[in-house]
Amino acid sequence: MTLAMTASDGWTVARRNIFRMARNPEVVIWSTIQPIMFIVLFVYVFDSIPTPGISYEEYVMAGIFAQTVMFNSALTGVGLAEDIQKGIIDRFRALPMARSAVLIGRTTSDLVNGLAQLAVMVVVGLAVGWRTSSSPLEVLAGLGLILLIAYVFSWISAAVGLSVKSVEVANSAGFVWMFPVTFVSNVFVDINQLTPAVRNIAIWNPMSAFVAAIRELFGNTSEEIPQPDVWPLQNPVLASFLWLALILAIFVPLSVRQYKKASSR
Amino acid sequence: MTDTIVAHELVKTYGDVRALDSLSLSVPEGTVLGLLGPNGAGKTTALRVLTTLLRPDSGSAAVAGIDVLADPDRAREVIGVSGQNAAVDEYLTGFENLDMIGRLYHLGRSKSRDRAHALLEQFQLSEAADRPAKTWSGGMRRRLDLAGALVAEPPVLFLDEPTTGLDPRSRTDLWEVIGGLVQRGTTLLLTTQYLEEAERLADDIMVIDRGTAIAQGTADELKAKVGGERLEIIARDEDDVATIVSTVSNLGSDKPDVGGRRICLPVVTGPTALMEALRRLDDKGIELNDVGLRRPTLDDVFLSLTGHAAEESEPTPTEAVT
Repeated sequence: MTLAMTASDGWTVARRNIFRMARNPEVVIWSTIQPIMFIVLFVYVFDSIPTPGISYEEYVMAGIFAQTVMFNSALTGVGLAEDIQKGIIDRFRALPMARSAVLIGRTTSDLVNGLAQLAVMVVVGLAVGWRTSSSPLEVLAGLGLILLIAYVFSWISAAVGLSVKSVEVANSAGFVWMFPVTFVSNVFVDINQLTPAVRNIAIWNPMSAFVAAIRELFGNTSEEIPQPDVWPLQNPVLASFLWLALILAIFVPLSVRQYKKASSR
Repeated sequence: MTDTIVAHELVKTYGDVRALDSLSLSVPEGTVLGLLGPNGAGKTTALRVLTTLLRPDSGSAAVAGIDVLADPDRAREVIGVSGQNAAVDEYLTGFENLDMIGRLYHLGRSKSRDRAHALLEQFQLSEAADRPAKTWSGGMRRRLDLAGALVAEPPVLFLDEPTTGLDPRSRTDLWEVIGGLVQRGTTLLLTTQYLEEAERLADDIMVIDRGTAIAQGTADELKAKVGGERLEIIARDEDDVATIVSTVSNLGSDKPDVGGRRICLPVVTGPTALMEALRRLDDKGIELNDVGLRRPTLDDVFLSLTGHAAEESEPTPTEAVT
């Protein structure tokens, strides 16, 4: 199977998923309403969370960006579990197509959804008072990083969706690990204010590196909120790329392996 | 004649359940083999092995001379598969479904489109071609799924219970379509729970139970084995059952099967046996609720071949062995 063939098969599958989204727009609509909800809740309900030297709106947006694309990645696994249940994966697996194409297609088309979410979040964020204070190029890099995080998390979700026995399980198993990853981190609060035990985990949480990197690229940092003295948070952008590469290196082969074993019964 | 589909001593176990227990089969080029058996007999498991979807614990399989286990990619190029549940994407239109499959067979954009249109035409689905499959009837979806298996005009075709769950009219329609394919020389392996379906479509029928073949032959050979038609008598009064059994027993080719007021007797020449039975019962003045001839079903085949009814053959209720 050549690389060109893999890309072309992946595109054929992505195209199919995009047709599906267009015919079933509720999924995209609701997945963009969810981040609006989060922005409004956090900005107005948790406004009193102390973030010295920066408004909470500006501080928390990076966290909400990362958290939203991570939660949205659960759709990838749910979609694949649904395809297994309907026998579509069986059909694909009996075709002479690239083994990874169904996964490449799915993760790519789910990025379209991620892009819609990101656009809505930027607009709503600006409306509630979020501003960037870095160069346009850095802002673009920040938006790119968010999409890359969305894409990479899709592969984790794919592995989960292909490993479980039903759509319902894909839905709950796909989400459950996300809560500790989001809350034991710098997503919503200044990491220095966590209790020492929690903080020691949070500083090594890849999510903390991602959010620190987004804050840095958007210029949403404060001198009064120092980064803990660990390498990933001192070099968040580089650390984020390393984390993302590591996740792909584990979950792409794992997902392809699960795909080869996937079966409707 | 060469064998286009070959399976040799396939074994597949799930825990304690032997879904395939040393199953061997071969289908000569251009012929149809019907794999007949109840749920859980191992039909689908065998098909999944032959279509590269499942690796057996041991044994070998080949299609069109290609080793399925060693070279699944090449095997996939020569096979078409249509599954038990119509695996069409319900949010895509009929055309989009077939066009996508064509592209995934690497037919190229324009050939994929042409094939999609041609198949929709051939399966009388053109009118609905641009509607999402969600809005289609079960019979139409099944035809679309079958069309999907034919996109690349594969020389080898696998159909898994192609008409299960369809209404009689759609079933007859689909039989005609499949019959047409066979005439054009496609080698076909089909699984079914219906003796009638196997008889109608297959040159050769293999009856399987608990993952192994228990009989093979043409429909006529099998029927000779299981005793052709059934004479079914329903007594008006349960007290008459013993008398009826003793009166008609010697007309049968095998022991009668009695349940309640119902007596079921395998017979060789139906009409003769029916007339003779009526004459004898009338002479004795025994009144009946119903009497008639019916063709043997899978249940009868099973009862004759294994001594147990089809429903009981499933060793455990696990779905993994269907």
